[in-house]
This record gives sequence, structure tokens and C-alpha cells, in this order.
Amino acid sequence: MIGAGHAGLAASRLLTERSIDHVVLERGEVANSWRRERWDSLRLLTPNWQSRLPGHSYDGPDPDGYMTAGEVADFIGRYAAVTHAPVRTGTAVTSLTGDGDGYRFETTTGELRSRCVVIASGACNRPSVPAVRTAIPPSIAQFTTFDYRKPADLPDGGVMVVGPSATGLQLASELHQAGRPVTISVGEHVRLPRTYRGRDVLWWMDRSGVWNQRYDEIDDLTRARRLPSPQLVGTPERKTLDLNALGAMGVQIVGRLAAVRDGRALFSGGLRNLFALADLKMERLLDTFDAWAATPACDADVGAPERFGPTRVPDSSPLQLDLRDGRIRSIVWATGYKPDYRWLSVPVLDEKGHLRHDGGVVESPGMYALGLPVLRRRKSTFIHGIEDDARDVIDHLAQYLAGARAAAGL
Amino acid sequence: MAMALANNGVNVQALLDAREALKGAPGATAFTWRATCKWQTGTYSKTNVKGFFGLGQEQSHRTETSFEADHPEIFAAEDRGITPIEYVLVGLASCLTAGIAAVAQNRGVQLNSVESQLEGKMDIRGILGMDSDVRNGYDDIKVTFKIDADADRKEIEAIVAQSQKRSAVYDVISNPVNVTVEVA
Repeated sequence: MIGAGHAGLAASRLLTERSIDHVVLERGEVANSWRRERWDSLRLLTPNWQSRLPGHSYDGPDPDGYMTAGEVADFIGRYAAVTHAPVRTGTAVTSLTGDGDGYRFETTTGELRSRCVVIASGACNRPSVPAVRTAIPPSIAQFTTFDYRKPADLPDGGVMVVGPSATGLQLASELHQAGRPVTISVGEHVRLPRTYRGRDVLWWMDRSGVWNQRYDEIDDLTRARRLPSPQLVGTPERKTLDLNALGAMGVQIVGRLAAVRDGRALFSGGLRNLFALADLKMERLLDTFDAWAATPACDADVGAPERFGPTRVPDSSPLQLDLRDGRIRSIVWATGYKPDYRWLSVPVLDEKGHLRHDGGVVESPGMYALGLPVLRRRKSTFIHGIEDDARDVIDHLAQYLAGARAAAGL
Repeated sequence: MAMALANNGVNVQALLDAREALKGAPGATAFTWRATCKWQTGTYSKTNVKGFFGLGQEQSHRTETSFEADHPEIFAAEDRGITPIEYVLVGLASCLTAGIAAVAQNRGVQLNSVESQLEGKMDIRGILGMDSDVRNGYDDIKVTFKIDADADRKEIEAIVAQSQKRSAVYDVISNPVNVTVEVA
């Protein structure tokens, strides 16, 4: 098992249930990304009651609240302790190669061999920043979500946040509240209200079955796997943080950053259609919720159906900004993450550097993956989404081991 | 049901098959579109389009098409063809309309009629060199579709949105592109 986050630990517990001998290799400490690689104000998008792992769930006083990154790290740390997971911390895998009918690991604490390997190192190991970053004038300080911690880290003055994901909107909002003039550059995005008909929108995703949709039932799986995170924020007031909210605060909304030419940032003029696409998709999702709510399957109290106005197109949205005139002093790239497979020497990556897998079963026998977007279900990357995926993947792994043992006549 | 009945004259299956086939064919997806232009007199020119490159080899339209461009009489020209900037509207309208037909076909939606009106707003102080703060080209383009189809308004809006998302002309108008103009 590579990675002692929620995915690796959930799978470890299932292996222990089956008495399959294993070890969990962790480059840092348990829940390392949550402890060291995220910004200060980060909270989970999912409410506390949804934080559940095989045999473990939230039992604190605020089931409708949202954990801070530190609380998530503690939650996962407690899980590692109660499951007695065989974690080897401070052990980074530096190379993984095929070795006969198994795999050979080189790590910072020595060599290992195994019949099987589960890659649970996460989808968010490195920031993914577009090539246009190299054309940004040197007078502008550039930050990714890995080195941004809080507004005061940025040089004084205006900030451009690039990317309309949950991260991008949260950071734009936080920087605006810190008194910074903020511009957000917006590409394709997923709009959601925080609450719908009196319930958390993720309650609807969970209960209506949308989150359980399987990877082999999704029309355009490639697209589903690379969608930005939904525009949500976990706050005690359960407020909606969409582009209308940012616009009302006074954040300037511009189109996708298409190029930087002669020190000027050029934005796409296609903002209207991006808004239309996001509004239509949100409406379709709310229609799905309403249809489910009208069936006997919905036995909970919910409010009346709601509809939210369209995303407002700004009165004026510049198509270009001079990055040398001093109004923008820093850029925060909230343009997503990518996994880090630099240590992986088995040829299982596609031309874009993603793991080729079918529902977590990698094409190299005995190799598996967990915790990647829409791995087996829409909920795959959420904490509570790991249990079903891990059961399926560990089932496959156990059968593979049994088959290998039978073939060896044992 | 609608899936089997809709016929907008677009062979979506062939397009989907092509997409699959091209996955294993790097290089075949690189296309070059071409035009040749010849000055006639004044602001009058003729542009011809016939050959292009794609799928790894030279290709050709069935016939060569000639497009005449000029400027209107109020620009002291003789109006022997439409204004070049109007060709941009021609390209955008036909690209979005083709996209609507293809997306509707793919979604099993029968189209009965698709009409659109296009307006491109431009301040001619730019091209006349009167004010360097005014751009030369359009500063706003509006396309209004009137669509009669066997679908509700939301489905139609979704088809129109998807056609923009996949339109080459929409992309090249709304995003910057490198342009090289040189003397041979």
C-alpha cells in the first residue's frame, strides 16, 4: 500500500479483515497532505456526518459542520490508530519496478518486495499549472495552492486568482475579505448551491444516488474525471459561494486566461457560454433531486423546490489586463492538481501522465489504485466514497492472490 | 425512441467512429485549411478555397469556391462583394449551426428549423485611425437563434451551449491566436 491517507488506511483495514499481510508506506506522516500541503483556512466540502470510513465515523458534536484540514488529519490519524494499520512513516517510495510475479520497491528506508501493490498516494500531489505561467512578467509573484497559506503571504496589492474550482473561489473570497482587489479568471466550472430545499447539497448527492453512479455508467468518463471541484465552501453559516456571490462582493470576473502577450493577460470572450453551461448543468442536477424527492425512496423532510437565478454576466469584463501596470502584484494558480508518479517505473501511464486503470484495476497484474477521481463511482475522491471502492478493489486483489496461489499449487 | 427517429442529416456515427479511430493515429488529426486571395482593384478582391490538408494527406473540396469581398459605397467603394469583417459572421453562423445539427443528432433531437441573426458591433474610429484606444474589429458579437425542434427550451439551450463549446470559429473569435503575416 502506498500512502497513509484515508484511501490507503481504508484499504489496509479491509486487508487486515481478510488477514492479508501488508504494509502501508507513507512518505511523511499519516494524512501528510492535509497536514503540510494545504492552505490555512481549508475546510472539507463534505459535512462531518459524511466523514465515514470502514468501521469508523464522525462522533463529534457538530454533524452538520465542516472539518478544518487539521481536524481531517486528526480524524485520519485516529483511524490509523484504532485500525492498528501497519504504517511505515517517513518512508518515501523512490522506485517501483516489476519483479517476476510481483513488485520491487526502493524506498528511503530500504528495499521491499510484494505480490501486489495498491497506489493510494492521491490525485493531488503536485499543482497543475498551465504553460502560460512562463510568460508572466517577473514583477508578479506567483503562488500555487501548495505554497499559498494565507493572504498575508502575498505581496501587497491586487491579486489574480486563476481557476473557478472550489479552491479558486474560496481563495478569491478570502483575499477579497483581506482587503485585496481580486480578479478571478474563469474557465469551465461546476456550480452548486450549498443547501437545497433545506438540506446540504451533498446530502442530496448522497441520498438521491447521484454520487453512487458507477464509472461504467458515465457517458464521458474522461471529462467526468477531469472536472474541477464543485464551487462549494464549508462554513458555519452554510453559505453559497458561487460566481454571483463573488461578483456581489466586488470581485472582478474575467474569462479564461488564454494567453499572455507582451506582458498583457488576454482572456477568453466566452464567459457567457461557460455560465450558460454551468447553470444548465446545475438545473439538470436539481431536476434529478426533485424527481427523486417525489418518489417513495425519499423518506426525509425536505423543503419546497428552489431555483437559483442565472449566473450574472458582469457589466464589463475586460478582455485583457496589463500585468506590468502594478495593479496586479500576484497570481494564485488554482488550476488543479496532478498525481506524482515520478517513482513509478512500470509502464502504466497514458500520454498525459495518468494511470491507465479500469475501476482501480491497473493493467499490470497485481497493481491497483484507489482514491482517484471517479475511480469506480462519482463519490470516489470523497472520504466516505472510499469504502465501496476499496471493497471492490480489495475483492479483486484477494481473488488475484488466491488465483496466483492456486496456480502455484499451494 | 427519439434517438431512432431524429434525422438532421448528420452522420454522427461516422464522426464518433472517426474520433475512436483517430485516438490511435497521432498526426492524422493535424489539419491545415487554406485560401488564396487575389487583388482585383480598389478594395475589391477574390479569395478562392479548394485544397486543404488533413488525415495525413492533401485533400480537396469537390469544387473550388470563390468569395468576393469589397466595401460598401458609403466607404467610397463599389460594393462588389461583402465586407471582409462580415465574412467573420458568415463563418460563426455556419459553424454554430453545423454544431447544433450535430449535437442535436447525437442527442436524438429532431430539428425542424434553425435560424439565426447575427450582429457584430464595431466602432470604425479604430480602422480610420481616429482613436488608438478603439479597437479595429468587433467589440461585441451577438447571435440570436430561433429554433423549432422536438425538444423543450432547456434541451435546446443545452444544445446551443454545447455547439459553442465545440465550435472552431467561436473559439478562434473569442480566444487569442497567433497570426503571422509576411512577404514571400
